This record gives sequence, structure tokens and C-alpha cells, in this order.
Amino acid sequence: MRASRFVILALCILLLPIRSFAVAQDDRMDQDDAVILSEAVGVGGVEESSSIDMQEYLFGHIADAYDWHITTVNGHHVSIPLPVILIDGGLHVFSSEKLAHGAVYDGYRVATEGEPSAGKIVRASDGTRPLDISITKNVCGLLIDSVLLVVLILLCARWYRRHDVLKEAPTGIAGLFEPLIVMIEQDVIKDAVGPEYQKFSPYLLTAFFFILINNLMGIVPFFPGGANITGNIAVTMAMAVFTFLAVNLFGNKHYWKEILWPDVPLFLKAIPIMPVIEIIGMFTKPFSLMIRLFANMLAGHIMLLSTIAVIFLTVKLGPAINGSLSVISVLFGIFLDVLELLVAFIQAYVFTMLSSVFIGLAHPQHETH
Amino acid sequence: MSLITPDFGLLFWMVLIFGAVFFLFAKFGFPVITKAVRQRSEHIEQSLRAAEEARLSLERFAEDQNRLIEQTKVERAEILKAASDERNALLAKAQEDASAEAAKILRNAREEIAAEQELARRELRSELSALSVAVAEKIVRKELDNADGQKQLLDKYVEEAVQSQVN
Repeated sequence: MRASRFVILALCILLLPIRSFAVAQDDRMDQDDAVILSEAVGVGGVEESSSIDMQEYLFGHIADAYDWHITTVNGHHVSIPLPVILIDGGLHVFSSEKLAHGAVYDGYRVATEGEPSAGKIVRASDGTRPLDISITKNVCGLLIDSVLLVVLILLCARWYRRHDVLKEAPTGIAGLFEPLIVMIEQDVIKDAVGPEYQKFSPYLLTAFFFILINNLMGIVPFFPGGANITGNIAVTMAMAVFTFLAVNLFGNKHYWKEILWPDVPLFLKAIPIMPVIEIIGMFTKPFSLMIRLFANMLAGHIMLLSTIAVIFLTVKLGPAINGSLSVISVLFGIFLDVLELLVAFIQAYVFTMLSSVFIGLAHPQHETH
Repeated sequence: MSLITPDFGLLFWMVLIFGAVFFLFAKFGFPVITKAVRQRSEHIEQSLRAAEEARLSLERFAEDQNRLIEQTKVERAEILKAASDERNALLAKAQEDASAEAAKILRNAREEIAAEQELARRELRSELSALSVAVAEKIVRKELDNADGQKQLLDKYVEEAVQSQVN
């Protein structure tokens, strides 16, 4: 029973990157299509400027930004300006509105396409980057999602503080979260980490819910959702680093012995082949965590955006093709949205499970042979 | 390519935000919940164990009761059997006594009757003999009036005597 569950999960983990590659290819095809379409349309003599720019469209949605773009009404951008915070020989704080449309403010501007740090704030004089800790779209999304999560979980914890758990069944928010928490703690953390699981379960549960809420909010297409947070490599990198620290700071001496002086023939560790491989393994494990979450969530966003883009790309092909493709696109979009709900959960689950397994591997029980 | 190069600002905020969330949850969130859940599951386990124990003791009690009932039944049967045996014995003895008494009474009665009969017979005999003597006296007196008669009488006596001898 348990073994079969792990096999299924392992299959999911193996298959998801394949899916994301396929999506990446689809994405490329969509872009090519867009180019071909716009060229065809251009040859046909229709105005080029009204054609959708796939590059800008996709990156505008999945990349980080200094303001939170909500919609465009009649060519006018409706967006929430966010604070820019720069440390460059002193603190510079101003609204991102000041830098709109390539404006220079306080000696800074947003680098244009073609520059090494395109889309980032640079010094207007030489195009180099100051230390930039602006509240970007992703930081703002992270803050909103985190506040939401903190409120939810602390309300849930408050229920347990206020009620006698031996006399009452959990209701409301506690009833919503308890099955999830129990499932993650008992079936994932306890099984994978081993007897010392209670020390690690706060971190692993926090990681699970943190990823889950950011994944789910990423699917919501409008403010305060829609920021591609877990599909950003900086976010997944931070998560992976936390897991790396949890694994290596608390690993016991058997773990370090297995890395530095493993149970293999002497010639494999005298010329340190095995220790080197093991040390590389220490870093590849969190690296795979980082890439897996990043690639899957990014792929999900690109897939959804590409599906929706079909509606706008086919406008020039006439009402019949555009109408029928729009119906298909909407139906496929619904399917993808539901799939993304599943992926949002699976990726949070997989990250937690693999982190638990890595922590468990760092606590080998000394077996007596 | 900005997609795969982590941005320092976002990394900084991410570490800060996740750290704060983790701190809040580790301090006020998950331990409270998991502790309560664990406490409840322990309580349920204990309750199940107690229920099992109660069931077992109830079973033992029922067994004891059954055994007691069986034992009582056996005892009752024994008592009943003993009582009926005793009754039978008493009856038999009473019958025996009664028949013995009856036989004794009967025997006594018989003996008395026999004695009375004997006595009556004896009296009768003595009276009869006295009467016969008296009668014989009279007859003899009359018979002896003639010689012939005397001879006849003698014969007759002899014959009678012989007959009685034979008899």
C-alpha cells in the first residue's frame, strides 16, 4: 500500500519534467506560429502593430515587474505602482510610477531590451545595477499570500487553543486544515524523516503550505493572484536553500561518515571519487528541488497563457476560425486550470516529500550488522 | 535570460518573508495543532484500549455467570434427586413398616382367634362330654333294664371303639 503510493509519486516526479519540456516546446511552437501568423498578416497588408507580441505577452505575465499590471483599457495601462527600494550609497525609495515609459528618475531608469540587465533598474549614467531590494510584483504577491496563509493557519491554531480537542470535533477552519496537516505530517513527514520527525515538521509543514498557497494564488488570474511566484527561480532557490540547511545542519555523524568516508573499497575513497560524488550529491538534491518546482509552475503558467493567446492570435484569420478556435481554447483552458490545481498540490506535496526524504537520509539509524 | 537568473532583491525578500512565516508557524501555528491532534489520537487509542478491556472483563463476567448458572442447575438437580430418593426410601420404609405391623396384627389376631377357638372347643368338648355322659347314663340306665339290651350295647361299643381306632 505505502510502497505503491511511493511508486506512483516517483512516476509523477519523473513524468512532470517531461511534461514541462513538452510544454516548453509547445510554447516555442506558439511563438513561431505567432511570428508566422504576423508575417502572413503583414504580407496580406493588414496593420502590423495590432498583432499581439507573444514575447512581451508571455514575459509580461510570468516575469517579475516593478509594478503590478492589472489590465489595459483602450491602450491605457491600469496597474498598481509598487515601491522601488535601492541601496546605492544611501537608501533610495520612490514609486515605480516615476520610471514608467523609460523615464529617468533620481539617476535611475529601467534598462531597455538589448541591455545586459533588461527590465531591471539600472543607473542612468552607465547602465550598471545598484543593490535593488524593491517591492516587486512577486515580493508583493509573496507578502499578500503570506499574510493570507498566516491568518488562516493562526486562526486554525487558535481553534485548537480555544477548544478541548478531546471533547469536540474540529469545525470551520480547523476542519479544513486538520486533514491536510495530519496527512502531510503522518503520511509524508513521519514516514520519510523517521523517529525525529517532530523537530522538522514545523519547517516541512510551513514549506508545504507556503508553496501550496503561492501555487494556488498563481492560478487566480487577477489581483491579488496571478503573480508567478513559485515559477520564479529566486523563490524556489530560497526554498531549496532552506531544505539544504535543514538537511546539512542537523545531519548526524553517520550521515557525514557516509559522505566523507563511505563503506566502499579503499581505492574508491583513497582517490576521493566517492566523497566527491557524495558532496556533489549534497548540492544536486536541493538543486533538483529548485528546478522541479520552478519549471513545473513556470510551464503551467506558460501553457495557460499560450492557450488563451490562441484566441487573440487567430483574430486575423476570420470569424469562423477565430470563433471555433476560441471555443476550443476556452475548453482547453478550463482543462488546464483544473490540471494546474492538481499540479499546485502535487508540487507542494513533492517538495515536502523530497525534503522529508533528504532530511531522513541525513539521519541514518545506526544499523547493527 | 532573466527567467533563470535569480534576482537578488526577490531572494532577499523571499528569505525574509519565509523566515517570518516559518517563525510564526513554528512558534504559534503547527506545534499547537499537531500537539492537539496527537493528544487526541492518543486519547482515542487509550479509549479503544479501555473499551477492549471493558469488553474482555464483561465477557469474563458473562462467562462466570454462565458457569454459576450451570453449577446451580447441577446442584438443583442433585438436591431434587436426593429429595426424591429420600421420599422414595421413606415411602418404602413406611410401606414395609405398615405391612410388617399389619402382618403382626394379623398374626396376633389369628393366634387369638385360634386360642379362642381352642378354648371354645375345649369348653364345648367338656360340656359335650358331660352331656354325653349324662345322656349315656340315662341310656345306659334304660338299656340295662334288659339282658338282651345289655349285650347289644356291648357290641355296639366294641364296634364303635374299633371304628374310632381305625379312624
